[in-house]
Amino acid sequence: MTNWEPVLLANVNRPNSEKIETYLRYGGYEALRKALKMTPDQVTAEVKASEIRGRGGAGFPTGVKWGFLPKDAPVKYLAVNTDEGEPGTFKDRLIVERDPHSILEGVIIAAYAIGANRAFVYIRGEFFLGVKRWIKAISDAYQKGFLGKNILGSGFDLDVSVHRGAGAYICGEETAMIESLEGKRGVPRTKPPFPAQKGMWDEPTIVQNCETLANVPHIILRGAKWYASIGTERSRGMKIFCVSGHVNSPGNFELPFGIPLKEIIYEHAGGVRRGRNIKAVIPGGTSTPILSSEKINTPMAFETLQGAGSALGTGAIIVMDETTDMVEVVRRITRFYVHESCGYCFPCRIGGQRMLSSLERLAGGKGSNKDIEDLEYVAKGMYGRTFCPLGTGMAEPILSALRLFRPEFEMKAAESDAGYF
Amino acid sequence: MNNRKEFKSPVGGAIVDPAKRSMMLAALYIAQEQNGYLSEEAIQQVAKRLNITPGDVYSTASFYSLFRMKPVGRYVIQVCEGISCYLNDGAERVADYVSAKLGIKLGETTSDGKFTLETVQCLASCGTAPAMRVNDQLYENLSPAIIDDILERLMGEV
Ligand SMILES: Cc1cc2nc3c(=O)[nH]c(=O)nc-3n(C[C@H](O)[C@H](O)[C@H](O)COP(=O)(O)O)c2cc1C
Ligand code: SF4
Ligand code: FES
Repeated sequence: MTNWEPVLLANVNRPNSEKIETYLRYGGYEALRKALKMTPDQVTAEVKASEIRGRGGAGFPTGVKWGFLPKDAPVKYLAVNTDEGEPGTFKDRLIVERDPHSILEGVIIAAYAIGANRAFVYIRGEFFLGVKRWIKAISDAYQKGFLGKNILGSGFDLDVSVHRGAGAYICGEETAMIESLEGKRGVPRTKPPFPAQKGMWDEPTIVQNCETLANVPHIILRGAKWYASIGTERSRGMKIFCVSGHVNSPGNFELPFGIPLKEIIYEHAGGVRRGRNIKAVIPGGTSTPILSSEKINTPMAFETLQGAGSALGTGAIIVMDETTDMVEVVRRITRFYVHESCGYCFPCRIGGQRMLSSLERLAGGKGSNKDIEDLEYVAKGMYGRTFCPLGTGMAEPILSALRLFRPEFEMKAAESDAGYF
Repeated sequence: MNNRKEFKSPVGGAIVDPAKRSMMLAALYIAQEQNGYLSEEAIQQVAKRLNITPGDVYSTASFYSLFRMKPVGRYVIQVCEGISCYLNDGAERVADYVSAKLGIKLGETTSDGKFTLETVQCLASCGTAPAMRVNDQLYENLSPAIIDDILERLMGEV
């Protein structure tokens, strides 16, 4: 078993872990003190040198993104993505509820680096405890002088406010999130311009995931060299992997990038329930292609998962044992995306409905081979052709399931009373 | 910091203050607290406060599943129907159990106006599945006994 002393999750199991006193007792806000003695450019350079990539799903290099901001812009914003809604993912909720200051410290350092005096936290409406924890953390940070005017005598000002979403997965997409923060329907915007050029109220805005921000204090405190020495060449540092489904001990496991999928499942998450075999694994949340059990030795990193035909996504590993009905799994996942489609572009809006109808017929014993063909035709047609990645994310599990488990779909059609036509 | 441009509302043509408009979701939450749903009057009030048309408010509110346009029970039970809850013998199993216990189907409210039953998408409790929410309280690692406890406690409340 890989020996790894948790860094990001070092605090979460301590009593009163969410309190500022606890955070301070274990070295909290030391990184902020250090960062404020550096220049903003030095902080950005350090983050860039760490080669950390975003943990919200897309894996974009964080330091590079900060470098995109127009230098001369008078107003810049930081938006903190706490919308975590990708099925299978439950890491940001854990950090927000149990160690909100670790994200907040990252927020303040990031805002200092990019020159933002205003940060917005956008949190999923369902995370009621998370909302409370965010608000408490922010007000305690104001009290201690970590927020507000002239932070720790540095001359840097920052205000942070919390904004509740209201039940829309698409608002996790960065431009939809900005629309929602502006008080509108969460429909994504055209990119480019990217938020770093034109975001909130048309001002340059950096959107960052909670886990990404929680890494920042450690990068500043221990240095980019230390950070980049962990993980793999193209996936630096450590990652919180969320393991759920048919395992004995589901949960969040912080481990260095590059650890084999098999090791996470069998040694950290306690192996498969009832001693069964694995049939399939979703390695990075439901928007990532399904892997068959043959790929179980794949190292968990951006580049290796891509090589295996999937993606790291949010690092949410969903394990399915040999008894799993793959048609039902795909139906359920598709139902989620159809429910969450914002309806703006037709390949996603109409294609989704059509694929779901086929899947419901197949799963309900009323499908035919025509449904399978239609499913494949629509999924291939949508793939890469939707306005935002949600539509393509909807096609991924379907296409991968048809590639890997087509006989199961055919069996459903053969067993159905609709027959062939 | 205040170079937020004034801009025209796409609907009414009224001048909208972007900072005010950004209070929309917060205002809708407050408005919803009064009756548990957004009545026409509540929509009108929000529109007036934010200086935009009621149609604009309705259009935004109807996008978000946590804003309700119809009355709901005092306790809204939302059972997760996500993939991990399903794999953990939850989802429909939990929904069916609650449904049988309360005598209502999905989307319905008990005749005494106390409970509404709904499904919801992944609640980020996949590692502690199955999960459900009752109003703002999250319940995880559900079993029939735990569900009995929760419901019986709420049924006993007046
Ligand atoms: C449909 C959709 C949903 C998303 N949901 C989230 C989310 O809940 N949380 C998140 O951090 N990023 C989410 N993202 C990714 C964001 O658009 C964005 O890439 C991310 O917040 C950037 O932060 P990072 O670079 O730190 O990862 C989503 C993207 C899409 C297309
Ligand atoms: S792909 Fe789906 S969610 Fe994205 S813009 Fe189109 S309809 Fe909306
Ligand atoms: S699938 Fe139910 S909480 Fe994630």
